[in-house]
Amino acid sequence: MAILIDRNARILVQGLTGSAGRHHGLSCRDYGSRIVAGVTPGKGGSQVEGIPVFDTVLEAVEHTAADVSMVFVPPPAAAEAILEAADAGIRLGVCITEGVPVQDMVLVNRALAGRPMRLLGPNCPGLITPGQCKVGILPADIHRPGHIGVVSRSGTLTYEAVLQLSEAGLGQSTCVGIGGDPIIGTSFIDVLALFNDDPETAGVFLIGEIGGSAEEEAAHWIRCHMQKPVAAYIAGVTAPPGKRMGHAGAIVHGGSGLARDKIAALRGAGVVVAESPARMADAMRQALEPNGGHPRQAP
Amino acid sequence: MKMHEYQAKELLQGYGIPVPRARLVDSADAAALAAKALGGACVVKAQIYAGGRGKAGGVVRVDSADAARVLAGRLLDSHLVTSQTGEAGLPVNSLLVEELVAVRREMYLSVTLDRGAGRYCLIASAEGGVDIEQLARQSPRLVRRVVVDPLIGLRAFHARDIARFLGLEGRVAETATSMILSLYQCFQDKDASLIEINPLVVTEDERLLAMDAKFTVDDSALFRQPALSALRDDRQFEPLEVRAAASDIAYIKMDGRIGCLVNGAGLAMATLDMLAECGGQPANFLDVGGGADQGKVVEAFRILLEDPMVAGILVNIFGGIMRCDLIAESLVAAAQEKDCRLPIVVRMAGARREEGRKLLEGSALNIVWQDCLESAARTIVGRIAASA
Repeated sequence: MAILIDRNARILVQGLTGSAGRHHGLSCRDYGSRIVAGVTPGKGGSQVEGIPVFDTVLEAVEHTAADVSMVFVPPPAAAEAILEAADAGIRLGVCITEGVPVQDMVLVNRALAGRPMRLLGPNCPGLITPGQCKVGILPADIHRPGHIGVVSRSGTLTYEAVLQLSEAGLGQSTCVGIGGDPIIGTSFIDVLALFNDDPETAGVFLIGEIGGSAEEEAAHWIRCHMQKPVAAYIAGVTAPPGKRMGHAGAIVHGGSGLARDKIAALRGAGVVVAESPARMADAMRQALEPNGGHPRQAP
Repeated sequence: MKMHEYQAKELLQGYGIPVPRARLVDSADAAALAAKALGGACVVKAQIYAGGRGKAGGVVRVDSADAARVLAGRLLDSHLVTSQTGEAGLPVNSLLVEELVAVRREMYLSVTLDRGAGRYCLIASAEGGVDIEQLARQSPRLVRRVVVDPLIGLRAFHARDIARFLGLEGRVAETATSMILSLYQCFQDKDASLIEINPLVVTEDERLLAMDAKFTVDDSALFRQPALSALRDDRQFEPLEVRAAASDIAYIKMDGRIGCLVNGAGLAMATLDMLAECGGQPANFLDVGGGADQGKVVEAFRILLEDPMVAGILVNIFGGIMRCDLIAESLVAAAQEKDCRLPIVVRMAGARREEGRKLLEGSALNIVWQDCLESAARTIVGRIAASA
């Protein structure tokens, strides 16, 4: 079954007529994803390689029963595109766009609260359920069907992890990129909870990085709720301080944002944290062993 | 994007937030004139993109116009090293000469993003001139946070609550209330990611003044803030960082000898971590980004090759949006243009990897191909050690 998407997902692409939307929309279709529609205001009635294009998301949904939207709309209009998808009854929005203003995302997240649409991203590579469905820009050929759930704030670093997992014979149930922006629609915890309840998922690999405190919050959740083994890698152990790390998060959760604090929090929750990016699959394999080499602490 | 103190204060003043009388100068003579106009005694403040200036000698009280001239002569065109600048420090190209203010008490006020809540928040403390992170850790009760619902905005009752928390009363409390609302409006209008007034002071004659201010703008919103983009002071960056920024390449100059070119921020950080584990030191962080065209990738390689510290290059690419053959073509083009003889270790995976490999192997460059990140890192570290 995996999580969020399977072969039945009916996908529309907001921005299908742009170069990135077209390239990746068609690449998803080549993988077997059901790309049922494109949406570009002003281009309704046209087609992209046989995929009908509509002026509005609502129109596309009415004609094609799309339930997932992949957003390739440029930053100035990305927030509007997400809100339009939510309004049209889309179940899962996946925003690939990088560079959406933070203020726009603060408003979008507030507007989505209490509504049925789940947003992935922005600034994310999308997600894939290997062998069934891909929504996003991930290189499909490195993935293998299997039972490891992958969740990550990164793009290419996720591909690195997946390549290692696949080469080690550890296929994936679903791989989910949650995005690298400070404000994103879906958190580590949201995805961990889905994997926890997914019978196809036997263990989870989590990829985090410096900044904010999402990994610490995930560690706390894992300690209290996670029934499955988790391994992780945190990037940025050697990142110079003060560079691109906003002043914001650390004020609230004193001492957070550093890789070493995240690693310590995850280890404290029984997560096997890879010492190097070359040993991510080793960490996953170790976590899957009985006791994972780490006796789990009681909450 | 950071801003200088004087720019931050000009923006705040535009929203009716009072700041001390001051003049921006870029010569010793102008500093003396400014001091004279302010009555002789004044404060001279070095304008750099970093905090910690006071302890580093970048904010100094002087008693006369002559003293201001001497101090300005010493500070201007020097590099100021503070706890936040790194060893090289930052160049002092201008000074803010500011009136002396008789201060009764100091407070702290800021607006920033609360990532966990996904909302903006106002932070206040009755203790001014403090490190707010440390204070929040040690004495959380001295810090008030108001998390703002973006659909409702910051309201007058929030601002009154903050004023009361700061211990303000009467007319000053009223002024503070409207100042807090103006501050939040400014934050919204300018797509700020941080505005920090530290300290905010009450003067002996019962006025509120923003004595020092930090102002950071969301880089992702600069496309709709052209007036703010124009305020960027390129002299506060490494020249190669300025060039990289012009091409929208994420580049940070570091101290080592291995030039790194990677796609994706997470993978770029992991590559630096991997190098460190193998005993190597990166010359830079460089994320060429996802949707880069060949011109951008060639420019990224040029930037690495023009850094005199770089003795070898590590390329780590995982193709997704980015195609490995585009990277390979760009690498060959840039290396030929610069007549590069440096050892280059390339590791590629993902989209069009084999095409990329063929292009590199068919070139006359000093390139070693590696299949995995760890062996790539070890190889470049070994090559550089051998050539040193």
